[in-house]
Amino acid sequence: MYVYDQYDQHIIEDRVRQFRDQTRRYLAGELSGEEFRPLRLQNGLYIQRYAPMLRVAVPYGLLSSRQLRKLAEIARNYDKGYAHISTRQNVQFNWPELEDVPDILAELATVQMHAIQTSGNCIRNTTTDQFAGVARDELIDPRPWCEIIRQWSTFHPEFAFLPRKFKIAVNGAVSDRAAIEVHDIGLEAVQNAAGELGFRVSVGGGLGRTPIVGSFINEFLPWKHLLTYLDAILRVYNRYGRRDNKFKARIKILVKALTPEVFAERVEAEWAHLKDGPATLTEAEVERVSRFFIDPAYKALEDQDAALAALDAEHPGFARWRSRNVVAHKKPGYAAVTLSLKPTGVAPGDITDKQLDAVAELADRYCFGEVRNSHEQNIILADVEQSQLFTLWNELRELGLAVPNVGLLTDMICCPGGDFCSLANAKSIPIAESIQRRFDDLDYLFDIGELDLNISGCMNACGHHHVGHIGILGVDKKGAEFYQVSLGGSAGRNASLGQILGPSFAQDAMPDVIEKIIAVYVERRSEDEQFLDTFRRVGLDPFKERVYAANH
Amino acid sequence: MQRIIKNDQVVDESWHLLPKDATLDGLSNCDDLIVPLALWREHAHALKARDGGLGVWLDADEQIEEIAEDLAHFKVIALNFPAFTDGRHYSSARLLRERYGYKDEIRAIGDVLRDQLFLMRRCGFDAFAVRADRDPYDALEGLKDFSVTYQAAADDPRPLFLRRG
Repeated sequence: MYVYDQYDQHIIEDRVRQFRDQTRRYLAGELSGEEFRPLRLQNGLYIQRYAPMLRVAVPYGLLSSRQLRKLAEIARNYDKGYAHISTRQNVQFNWPELEDVPDILAELATVQMHAIQTSGNCIRNTTTDQFAGVARDELIDPRPWCEIIRQWSTFHPEFAFLPRKFKIAVNGAVSDRAAIEVHDIGLEAVQNAAGELGFRVSVGGGLGRTPIVGSFINEFLPWKHLLTYLDAILRVYNRYGRRDNKFKARIKILVKALTPEVFAERVEAEWAHLKDGPATLTEAEVERVSRFFIDPAYKALEDQDAALAALDAEHPGFARWRSRNVVAHKKPGYAAVTLSLKPTGVAPGDITDKQLDAVAELADRYCFGEVRNSHEQNIILADVEQSQLFTLWNELRELGLAVPNVGLLTDMICCPGGDFCSLANAKSIPIAESIQRRFDDLDYLFDIGELDLNISGCMNACGHHHVGHIGILGVDKKGAEFYQVSLGGSAGRNASLGQILGPSFAQDAMPDVIEKIIAVYVERRSEDEQFLDTFRRVGLDPFKERVYAANH
Repeated sequence: MQRIIKNDQVVDESWHLLPKDATLDGLSNCDDLIVPLALWREHAHALKARDGGLGVWLDADEQIEEIAEDLAHFKVIALNFPAFTDGRHYSSARLLRERYGYKDEIRAIGDVLRDQLFLMRRCGFDAFAVRADRDPYDALEGLKDFSVTYQAAADDPRPLFLRRG
C-alpha cells in the first residue's frame, strides 16, 4: 500500500495543528458554531444525537495492521470500545469528545492516517473495488489511480467549498464492485485498441433524495489527462452547480438540467484550456505511485481444490463459509477472505477494539499485514494461502467474524440510523436485526442466495437503499417511524434504482414484509435464478399483490 | 479606516468600495474606487475618464468572463463572498491569474475569514478585506496553515509530483 514520504506526512501534521487551533478557537468562543461547522465537517466531525461522530479516512479502503491497532487503541481510549465501517470504506467513532479530537488526529497522523474531507461539501474519499489487485476479473489495478486522485483532491484549493459533497469511485475489473455509476464521477480504467490505458468517465450518478444513474461523458480519456479532466469537471460544477437549494446542489442536478451532452461540451471547453498543462500526469509519477501497489511476495503455490473439497465434506460449516466468504484470487494457491461484520445482534459494520486488534494479528500472520474495508461494511483479508483457510476459519469463528453470510440477505448495508444520526427519520439498526432474526435459518438463507438488502434511516441514503435488490427507507409519518420498501435496485454494472413497492410499513411489520417478498421470489424463480433477475423478469406486481393482500 | 491584508501584511485601506446600487451621481473624481459590475457595464466610458484609481467588484453569481476584455482598466478586482462557504470565486481568481494573466490585485471581500485565506491565496488572491468584526492580524496566521501542497494552482503551476525531491 502507499507509504507517505516527508511531504505527505507534513501535510497531515499541518492539518492536525490547524484543526487543534480551530477547535481551541471554537471552544474559546472566537469561532461561532456556524463558522466552525464546515471546518469540523471537512475533518469528518459531525455533531450527532448523543456525541460527536468522527469519520476517519481509509483511502480506498486499505489498512495496514499497524493502522488497525491504532484504530483499536482509539476505540479503547476515546470511544466505547468499538468502531464502525462505513459505506465509503471509512471508519467511524461514535463517542469521542470534541475536546479530544485534535489528540485523536495526532494519534492517527503517527500511522499516516487522518480525517481530511470525510464530510462536508468537498471531494470525499475515493473508493474502489475491495478486491483491487487480487481479483481474477481485474484488467487494471485501480489503486494507484485512487492514490493519485487522493493527493490531487486533498486540500484542493479551488474545490474546498463546492455546492455539495462530491464522491469519486474507480473500477478496473469486469464486474463493477465499486458501484461507479452511482457516484458523482465514476471512472472505469480501460484499454483502447492500441493497448493504451485510459478511463471511461461517468458523471452525475448518485443516491440521496434524487437517485440517478450516471451518464458516460467520455469513452476514453487517456491516463495522462486524468487530473486536468477532473479539474475541468469540478470547475464547471463549482461555478455552475446550484447553491440556492441544498437538495438540488449535487452535480447530478446540473448534469440533468443541462443534459449530459451539453454538460460534456462545457467540460470539453474548460478542459481545452487545461489539457497538456502542468497538471498533466507524468509517467514518472504514475510509476512512483504504482510501485507501492506491486504484488506482495507471493509464493509459487498450487490451487488446493482437492484438499479443500475434502475439508468441505468433513466440515459443512467450513464448506458454507468457503462458498460465501472466500473468493478466487488471481494467484494459484491463494484466496481472498471476507470477514463478515454482520452477525445477528450486532449493528452492521460494527467492530470492537479487541476484534480490530485480532484482525491486525491475523493480517500479519495470514495476509502480508494488510486488510481492506468494503463498501458493504465488511473487512477483507485479500491474500490468504488456500492451505491456511481451515485454520483461519477456526480462528475467525472464535472471534465471531466467520458468519457465512457474505452477499446473502443478512449481509445488509445499513446506516447508523436514528439510534445515532441526527438526520435520520427512523431507526435502521433494529430493523436490520429483526430481519436477521427472522432469517436465522442458514439453509434457507443459502437457498435464497445472492441478495443485497440495504437500509437507510432517511432519504440521504447513506445505507444505499436505492441500489439494494431490496431497499428499505425510514420515513417519518406524522411523527411515527415507518419504512418504505423498494425492489430491483442494483449497484453493479448496468446499475438500476429500486422501484417503490407501495405504502410504507410500521417497524414490527417489516420481518413479515420481507418474508413475503422472499416467498414470492422462491415460488417464481426459475432454477438458479437470482432475486434480482427474477424481479427483472416478473416485475413489481406479484410482490405487491402478496405483500398488500395480507392487509385486508 | 479599514485595515486589510495585502501581500501578507496588514495595511491601511485607501480604496472605497461602492455599494451594488451605486450610480455616477456625486462620484468623486480623485478617490480610488472599486465599483460594482453593473456600474462598470453601464458607464465604463465615464469611469475610465476619472483621475482616481479604478477597480471593479463581482458578486458571487457574476462571471469574470464579463470583464475579461477590460482587465487592463482595473488596478483591483474584488470578488465577493456572500458566505464563506460559497466557493465560486475560488475558480474566478484562478481563471483571472492563470487564463487571463491578470497581474494586479485580486481582493477577497465579504465573509472573508482566517480559515479560508490559505486556500484563497493559492487560487490567486493577494488581498483580503477580512470581515469587519475580525482582527486582520489574527487572520494573517491563516496564511501559514500549510507548508506543503499537492496541486498545481495560481501560486505554483507545478503540482507536487513535479516538485518532489
